Amino acid sequence: MASADALTATTPSGRLGRGPRRPTSATERIAAVMGHHLLVARRTWKGTVVGRFASPLFFLLAMGLGLGALVDERTGGIDGLPYLRFVVPGIVAMQAMTTAFGESTYAVMGYIKWNQMYSAMLATPLRSSELLLGHLAVVALQLTVSSAAFVLVAAPFGAFGSWWAVLAVPVAVLTGLAFAVPTFALSATVDTDNVFSILFRFVVTPLMLFSGTFFPIEQLPGWMQPLAWVTPLWHGVVLSREASEGVAPGWSTLAHLAVLLLYVGVGWVLARWRFRVRLLP
Amino acid sequence: MTDEVLLSARGLTKTFGDFVAVDGIDVEVRRGEAFGFLGPNGAGKSSTMRMVGCVSPVTSGELTILGLDPAVDGPRIRARLGVCPQKDILDEDLSVEENLWVYGRFFGLTRAEVRRRAEDLLEFAQLTERRGDRVEPLSGGMKRRLTIARSLMNDPEVLLLDEPTTGLDPQARHVLWDRLFRLKREGVTLIITTHYMDEAEQLCDRLVVMDHGRIVAEGSPRALIETHSTREVVELRFAVDEQERHLDALDGVGERVEVLPDRLLVYADDGDAALAELGGRGVHPLSSLVRRSTLEDVFLTLTGRTLVD
Amino acid sequence: MTVTATPSLGLARFVLLRNVTAFRRAWILLLSGLVEPVFYLFSIGVGLGALIRTVTTDSGAVVPYAEFVAPALLAVSAMNGAVADSVYNFYFKLKHAKVYDAMLATPVSPRDVAVGEVSWSLLRGALYSSMFLAVAWVAGLVHSWWSLLAVPAATLVGLAFGAVGMYAATFMRTWQHVDYVNLVVQPLFLFSATFFPLSTYPDALQWLVRATPLYHGVALERALVLGEVSWGLLWHAGYLVVLGVVGVLGTSRRIGALLLT
Repeated sequence: MASADALTATTPSGRLGRGPRRPTSATERIAAVMGHHLLVARRTWKGTVVGRFASPLFFLLAMGLGLGALVDERTGGIDGLPYLRFVVPGIVAMQAMTTAFGESTYAVMGYIKWNQMYSAMLATPLRSSELLLGHLAVVALQLTVSSAAFVLVAAPFGAFGSWWAVLAVPVAVLTGLAFAVPTFALSATVDTDNVFSILFRFVVTPLMLFSGTFFPIEQLPGWMQPLAWVTPLWHGVVLSREASEGVAPGWSTLAHLAVLLLYVGVGWVLARWRFRVRLLP
Repeated sequence: MTDEVLLSARGLTKTFGDFVAVDGIDVEVRRGEAFGFLGPNGAGKSSTMRMVGCVSPVTSGELTILGLDPAVDGPRIRARLGVCPQKDILDEDLSVEENLWVYGRFFGLTRAEVRRRAEDLLEFAQLTERRGDRVEPLSGGMKRRLTIARSLMNDPEVLLLDEPTTGLDPQARHVLWDRLFRLKREGVTLIITTHYMDEAEQLCDRLVVMDHGRIVAEGSPRALIETHSTREVVELRFAVDEQERHLDALDGVGERVEVLPDRLLVYADDGDAALAELGGRGVHPLSSLVRRSTLEDVFLTLTGRTLVD
Repeated sequence: MTVTATPSLGLARFVLLRNVTAFRRAWILLLSGLVEPVFYLFSIGVGLGALIRTVTTDSGAVVPYAEFVAPALLAVSAMNGAVADSVYNFYFKLKHAKVYDAMLATPVSPRDVAVGEVSWSLLRGALYSSMFLAVAWVAGLVHSWWSLLAVPAATLVGLAFGAVGMYAATFMRTWQHVDYVNLVVQPLFLFSATFFPLSTYPDALQWLVRATPLYHGVALERALVLGEVSWGLLWHAGYLVVLGVVGVLGTSRRIGALLLT
């Protein structure tokens, strides 16, 4: 019988040896966390890749080309810019936002609550802040890949006015992180995923629609414009648009970057705190 | 077993707000020992285990593991512990062997070490044939063995097992117990929580009985039974509602009588003699059973409640 | 009254009742179904519309852009509501919550389940579209009395998508399959002459768009809300009816095959 063989033939060998272990460095530990998430991503990429690449492309075709034809015919473009070139850099930032939300809501809650992988990881020398950093690093990597791919696909349509458009990729990554990092904190705080459906409907959709992606926020009623200023997406959209047209950076560029970095920084403090409280009660 | 103390707790306490989960317990575990925490759900076993696993800060009291303080040296301690949680928390997006690989990497093992170690442990867990499969379709026993294999990836000196066989069928339990014996023989110190007395009797050299966050008794399973119970127990079942009526007739038979909702337990060193005496008094239960005392009886004596309710 | 004397379809209303009960506690999600099209209306319709000003419809009329977009969004929201309900919720109930296993252990038949679920979807859809129409009317985007027919028309759109969506859900085995639904719904949303007239497309693509279901919903709603009514609308309505019937028949057959084995 196979199990009887196993009884006599095998013991977990003590090859590693017992006693104090060589301490691992933080870099090693974070790399191990990234290794886990990358392996999972390799297993599940088919489910997300289509949505992630197809969706911005659909928006490019419908809004950039279809609606763009209408806009250009009626208004001669937005501030003299063909609508395609106006809207595509916005879509780059918008896609980064939706990807960020997608990666930092159900996925994080799942690791905390459903399959409790974070708990399993914490039984090893890892610290909770390292779990967080490793996971976020993989989100950043996914943001890089998806925005770079979209920029490559959009370029042949004539969506960009300058080679500086490559900078739209780091801008998109930063924009994505400005959403992902605070959302990690949220996901580590809430108890039910109902919160996420409300988040998507009442936060993500309005942000998409009112953050200057499809039209300049100057078109919004006066009271709504300050709302756009405080959201990361508008800053990301403006930066992405400036990069795509090769506009020389000015003070306002720094201000936009600062806002995004502030979101990432505050989000990091919150997320680290929520992770510790939630995972190490 | 050696005299080296691997784990020592003095007045160990854990509170969550007003709720006292662990109420000042003293415990010592020596290298090579299989040590058990026996108690019903909510007795504070899992909270104790989480503190020992360095994933839950100690509220008060002293705790030393492998000579180190978990508050300061959590990561260094965890590097030498294996933790097998109550729920099988496996990554269902990964295959069986990938679950082992990624976990080993968290300990800083090299790629080659991880593969070698996984190879051995797959065999140990009798999962070699399922190595490439997804985790989700595995049976409960297989998932549990995989979780244990995973907790052994770093070749730990101490293995923490929280309710290792809860939810498994009898055959799967025996397979698992066999694997744990094997580890013990290799010198791995086992710390086990359980609410099954048969499991505690099978696996533990020494155990503490916990109730409401406190330790109510300590010793080897044999010693606990000898101290807190009689050698044998007679279980009597009566027709519905008839139990009460026979209580008086039991007076003076055996050392003690316990009344459970569905049966009466008569504690006596000679069960057959006690049963014969009852027959003489005209007590004829629907069914009767003479058995040896178990830890269940110890717990019943100490707390007046059953372990599994 | 004996159970056997109850006509089978009568039990469908209990399936419907279950959903109404379950949703009473989730009213915020119900509300959120309305907000999405309203957001689109004010963003693309009003915000971008201020730049575009007017558009020439496929029937040749020149209308303000927001009035052009509003009826299309009515059709879109009817589709989204129906798909969300029939695909996501139905899949969840079928595969995870095992709601139907429990129902079929009673005198309820698979057809009751299909009809009950679709009616629920329609009821919700009608609620959404009435509210959306009211919002559009308040915003001054609705002028014709024919608009009143836009609500039943939206219900028809809901019927078609709800039934087909549910049919599709019975074939899905994992959540990943469920995610693929977005890949169908999003292009339909963007390319069904929703935001720009059909004439924008090259000829060949126009025929492709004409073959897709949401286009018929959009065309129907737009004609009604703008008051451009003709017998030709029956063609759009007929397309949607056929889709709905196919969906309902298919679903009841599949539920029977999946659960009564």
